[in-house]
Amino acid sequence: MQQRVIACTSCHGAHGEGSPDNVLVPRLAGKPAGYLLQQLEYFQSGQRRHAPMEYVVRQLSPAYLGQIADYFSQQDLPYRRWPVPAVSVETMRRGEQLVLHGDPDRAVPSCVSCHGAKLTGVQPMMPGLAGLSYGYLSAQLVSWRSHTRAAEGPYCMGVVANRMRESDITAVSAFLASRNPLADMHPAPASAQTTPLPGWCVMGQSGVNP
Amino acid sequence: MKWRRRGAWLLALLVLIVLIGGLVWWNVGRNHQQPSSPAQRVADAAALRDPVWIKRGEYLATVGDCAACHTARGGRPYAGGRSLATPFGDVPAPNITPDPGTGIGQWSFDDFWRALHDGKGRQGELLYPVFSYTSFTKVTRDDALAIFAYLKSLPPVNQPDLPTGLDFPYSLRSSLLAWRALYFKPGVFQPDPAKSETWNRGAYLVQGLGHCNECHAARDSLGGIRKNQHLTGGQIPQLAWYAPDLSTQSGGGLAGWRAQDIVDLLKTGQSARGTAFGPMADVVRLSTQHMTEADLQAVATYLQSLPPPTPATSPAPFKRAASADRGGKLYAKNCADCHGMDGHGVAGIYPPLDGNTSVTEPTGINAIRSVLLGGFAPATAGNPTPYSMPPFAQQLNDDDIAALVNYIRQSWSNQAGAVQPAAVSQYRHTPVD
Repeated sequence: MQQRVIACTSCHGAHGEGSPDNVLVPRLAGKPAGYLLQQLEYFQSGQRRHAPMEYVVRQLSPAYLGQIADYFSQQDLPYRRWPVPAVSVETMRRGEQLVLHGDPDRAVPSCVSCHGAKLTGVQPMMPGLAGLSYGYLSAQLVSWRSHTRAAEGPYCMGVVANRMRESDITAVSAFLASRNPLADMHPAPASAQTTPLPGWCVMGQSGVNP
Repeated sequence: MKWRRRGAWLLALLVLIVLIGGLVWWNVGRNHQQPSSPAQRVADAAALRDPVWIKRGEYLATVGDCAACHTARGGRPYAGGRSLATPFGDVPAPNITPDPGTGIGQWSFDDFWRALHDGKGRQGELLYPVFSYTSFTKVTRDDALAIFAYLKSLPPVNQPDLPTGLDFPYSLRSSLLAWRALYFKPGVFQPDPAKSETWNRGAYLVQGLGHCNECHAARDSLGGIRKNQHLTGGQIPQLAWYAPDLSTQSGGGLAGWRAQDIVDLLKTGQSARGTAFGPMADVVRLSTQHMTEADLQAVATYLQSLPPPTPATSPAPFKRAASADRGGKLYAKNCADCHGMDGHGVAGIYPPLDGNTSVTEPTGINAIRSVLLGGFAPATAGNPTPYSMPPFAQQLNDDDIAALVNYIRQSWSNQAGAVQPAAVSQYRHTPVD
């Protein structure tokens, strides 16, 4: 399989560990298989936009996409630390607040309420946020706001990202990227999944600023 | 300024003449339309409900790859909405599910036949030839009826057609009158009694439903294909890929291809001589991989009978590009692991580059874009987990890619023209529709 998917690994690293020199090319290794497959399908249908990815997945069958998702989800490699931009203590504190507790005044839930208590994701669909770079995290939050990343309803991340201030994106991304990799970075088991944000999300609606 | 004003008047006059001529011709043309007889209509109606006809129509619609254009990305099959880019503007493919309001629910078979065979819409309006009626006119009435039966059996999808985005004067359908006179000759395929049944079946599929010529021939400035250029290769407008000459004779785009190589490529997406990529990968995945062995053999038989291309009047003497040596170093580092220093590839996995028409086609576009984009061969029943090639767009600059492409176009037995770094720059965008 490693030889077959060289179109993937030439950018995402030999085992999907992420690009060593491009912070925007994310790690694939160890992410939940269901999440990886869903993203591959979104690139195929155009719900997630990134031209090189859309081109690469175009010719693949659902079955093969599933095998590719399984392959990368099973890669188990150490995480690296990413450089964090110099942000103020207040920004970092705001990031910690949003990640761990959310902001009830803006109806923004905490990251841990969905992405796992340790932010390593939850099987089979919820991606981890730990171990991702500042550049990738902030670019994704912007993509959610601008609809170049989308999902079938509930459109949680679109709603949440639109409720955040622009400065919140910096704060959350900086705080997440600054954390040391944990000893166990594996996604939590499916049993850890909570119901998707009761009261926070509106089905099928892309969020507007409250 | 004065000249521009005069030009505008002349254009307006021209349009008026074409418009009047169009109206006259349209009315005359309508009177010539032969509707089916009552008895025929009864027989047609029975066929439209017959599962055998519907099944046959499903196969034929697949051979014709109707869904490729008539389905939006991520949309419901045959519900239209895919925007087809032409040099004259965008034409969205219409909804051809049997929805009464937005699809072909109210169409009779006579309506469908007129569209497929005569290139006219339900109201007699002239259809834009991005709908390949120049080829589909060769489809037999029975095959058209089967396709219509299949389309009528689909679940109706309520999805209104998008407006066309054509520029003036192409936005006037009457502008098609002159075009049709130049490039369109209605008529069902006539078998050649001197040729075998297999050859005739292949010719029918290639020239008609398969509409291969719509890509594999050069188009002139009006978007038409000259009669003497059947399957001789050409650059696909807007897509910026080169569809090669399909002759297997010496000097042809498929020189040296055995019938089995053609069948393999169409069936699985790869062959001993090359791998389908770009738009042809779509064609294989959506259409040809589903064709019967007999039909694929027929196509191969027909393609093998195509004459060799007439050589260019004075071929430029072959001269190796100066950058090819540097390209050789890049090749050894980036390409040789899979394609081999001898350019032979690995059988069943990586295509050969030596003697590969995609490498040596006249423009160099295919080689440039394959290096830039990489990607997977199409996943097919015959090759469900294809190997892939890295995209080099992010790793190599324009000079490097031009040097590399010149090396593969001018090594081993390849003697194709050199490409310039500016051409690499021109094709750096990633195609997404």
